[in-house]
Amino acid sequence: MPSTSAALSSAPRNSLPGVDDITRVELSNGIVVLVRPNFNSPSVVLNGYLQVGSLFDPEEKLGLASFTADALLLGTRSFDFNTIYERLESVAASLSFDGGTHVTGFGGRSLAEDFDLLCTLLASALREPTFPADRVERKRAQVLTGLVLRSQDTAEMASLTFDEILFAHHPYRFPEEGTIETVQRIAVEDLIEFHRRHYGPRGMVVVVVGAIEPSQAVAMISKHLADWQNPEQPSPPELPPVRPLSETTRRNVFIPGKSQVDLVIGSFGPSRTAPEYLSAAIGNNILGQFGLMGRIGDAVREKAGLAYYAHSNLSSGIGPGSWTAAAGVAPENVQRAIEIICREIERFVQEKVSEEELHDSQANFIGRLPLSLETNMGVAQALANLERYGLGLNYYREYAERVRAVTREQVLETAQKYLDPNRLAIAIAGTLE
Amino acid sequence: MSEDITRITLSNGLLVLLKEIHTAPIISHWIWYRVGSRDEPCGKTGISHWIEHMLFKGTPRYPAAVLDKAISREGGVWNAMTYLDWTACFETLPAEKIELALSLEADRMVNCVFDPQEVEAERTVIISERQGNENEPLFRLGEEVQAAAFRVHPYHHEVIGDLVDLQTLTREDLYQHYRTYYVPNNAVLSIAGDFDTEEMLQRVREHYEGIPRGGDPPRLNRIEPPQQGERRVTVEGPDDTTYLLLAHHVPQCTHPDFIPLLILDSLLTGPSNLNLFGGGISNKTSRLYRALVEGDLAVSVYGGVGATVDPFLHMITCIVRPERSAEQVLQRIEEEIRRLQDAPPPLEEIQRAGKQARALFAYGSETISNQAFWMGFSEMFATYEWYLGILEKLAQVTPEDVQRVAQQYFLPRNRVVGVYLPQKVSLSQN
Repeated sequence: MPSTSAALSSAPRNSLPGVDDITRVELSNGIVVLVRPNFNSPSVVLNGYLQVGSLFDPEEKLGLASFTADALLLGTRSFDFNTIYERLESVAASLSFDGGTHVTGFGGRSLAEDFDLLCTLLASALREPTFPADRVERKRAQVLTGLVLRSQDTAEMASLTFDEILFAHHPYRFPEEGTIETVQRIAVEDLIEFHRRHYGPRGMVVVVVGAIEPSQAVAMISKHLADWQNPEQPSPPELPPVRPLSETTRRNVFIPGKSQVDLVIGSFGPSRTAPEYLSAAIGNNILGQFGLMGRIGDAVREKAGLAYYAHSNLSSGIGPGSWTAAAGVAPENVQRAIEIICREIERFVQEKVSEEELHDSQANFIGRLPLSLETNMGVAQALANLERYGLGLNYYREYAERVRAVTREQVLETAQKYLDPNRLAIAIAGTLE
Repeated sequence: MSEDITRITLSNGLLVLLKEIHTAPIISHWIWYRVGSRDEPCGKTGISHWIEHMLFKGTPRYPAAVLDKAISREGGVWNAMTYLDWTACFETLPAEKIELALSLEADRMVNCVFDPQEVEAERTVIISERQGNENEPLFRLGEEVQAAAFRVHPYHHEVIGDLVDLQTLTREDLYQHYRTYYVPNNAVLSIAGDFDTEEMLQRVREHYEGIPRGGDPPRLNRIEPPQQGERRVTVEGPDDTTYLLLAHHVPQCTHPDFIPLLILDSLLTGPSNLNLFGGGISNKTSRLYRALVEGDLAVSVYGGVGATVDPFLHMITCIVRPERSAEQVLQRIEEEIRRLQDAPPPLEEIQRAGKQARALFAYGSETISNQAFWMGFSEMFATYEWYLGILEKLAQVTPEDVQRVAQQYFLPRNRVVGVYLPQKVSLSQN
């Protein structure tokens, strides 16, 4: 059958979100609401975050913020557990919370007609959770099993150990989910108290993207959350400065019975708000992402055939970031893989990247933006980032220009500022010989 | 969802499916080959997945490094996947750059070199990929359960292949497989996005129609005989967690019982999405979650049924609570299955599963890549019309249908029980 496109071609084409099509409203209690409509599909995505995270965890009860977030939907004053999930799942909607280091995020999705349900449950979970004891114990069993599985996961253990080395004198050394010992110490009263003291509207951001008019979305959020107050809500905690390593530091974690060893090598990286962030991101793309995992992928996988995956990653948030390379290799190839990666890091901080490499990565950053904004979820995450890092509503419209402005010199200077080949953290996990 | 697609078979046998979508300046281009682990005899397991890797090694016209960079430079994404029945390669690109996808996929359908050195380098990469999988207890358990379930049919082995074959397959084996199965008459091209159909069809013809038709690809017609009794497998490992994997033989996608089985699956373990890109919902109101997780027997339970050409498996996976045994969990699952066999489920529960399926379909067709995916994917085991009709068919399922398929397929003699047993070796650090 021949195709006619008249029906769809009248729909607006997704252009990059900007100041003229993002609605931003600040409620009187401090909640910022961002909305961007998209009527191309009948669903709505809701996401956002609150200013509460594991930085508030007492050292003997690590994992408290994360556990609290996990437990918000176990029951509330208005809805018990079964009612919450009966309502959500009956209409194939979803809602979940995730406690991070600085913030606790939330995310949900529904058909447009069920959006009020999402708002109702979001507000109820945030404002009036009851932390029923039997369900908290069941949740604890799930969290503990997750921690046991983590202790046997080579990639996760390499990553955790890397943070312990690099952030030895900084709260980032602690895992957000806590440890088996600390999670066992957390009582129901701790959850109640943590919620009472730390959850509040100030600094909270709610993003709505999908088949809904902005005014209607703002009205629904306001209806459920505008009168929420918590006079005790603390300010975000101050972070101490990071201390550079005095020399390359390597730590092995032995995990029995594993075919593959995972390794993480790297150092500090810029925060998301640092002026050199984009230079670092583009440099990182060249180092270990572009094409089939950049220079590191080329050296470790394509040339040496040592690993299925070998890439680099820049992790930048509110505080100091980390800049890492990671690979999964057979135990007998660990040393060779480390040497190859370290050689690539050395080259990266000694020589400017080539014109061609820079142009390729710039084109990649600019070209992939529309694709990353194709889904409601992608747009919602992008809008949350605008707010979180103060990028401005027109950031994505100006993005190409910013990317093109990055020079080879800036990439090199940024690499030299953060990556010292003589002061790397190296973490290795697996059945080491 | 629009049914408005163009469906044309070129003179060389290539089936072309086109769908115009003008919501974003993006085009997604997928080429699907009817070849997967199902076409691999003993001694050559993993060969299709290895071919998928070799497709990225380039051709004289598009050497490997050029390919990668060309796609990435345009801001596109590309990847490939190999499954039981099929192999797919896709590129999603800004609309004005789609020429690149057409050109490179047509080129690598015939012109891959299989340089012996590159074959050797990739051998170690694929073995490394397998070793990464082996780090996961559930991979090891799944591999054994599948092998126990299929004594005869080539669904017997994992897509990645057995280590011994990965060590011994030759460049000639690979090249022969490539020339036999990766031919236009064994392929489906699905393209969705911001284009004009007539114009796109013209470009498709320019790139693909000159590729000569191949021979009819041979098939391993090794039908699995009905299982005559329960099979049990145990995998031991140095972890701390027990897993239970319960697999029942079920018919293929095009069988009429597949639709009520989807509803049955939804009642037992929550709605699952046939779309590989997932995006499901929680399953806390499903019967098995309530019985096992709320009953403090398991930490989690999930399940699903695959879309396959030949009869495959419905699988239920549980993480057993440390103080419980896999046997206790199994008994409780049996009770829930018996409930469904003894009495038809309430109609509301079935209608609810229908609404969940509708919403998951809406989520799963949100992007242009998803739309192109579904056109080609559904052709791999059924037809696009099957896909378009699935919601209507789900709506017609009756409680008695669900009861009947529970009685027919969820029997002990038709199942494989797999248990991963931890050996409790403690973690140490040096």
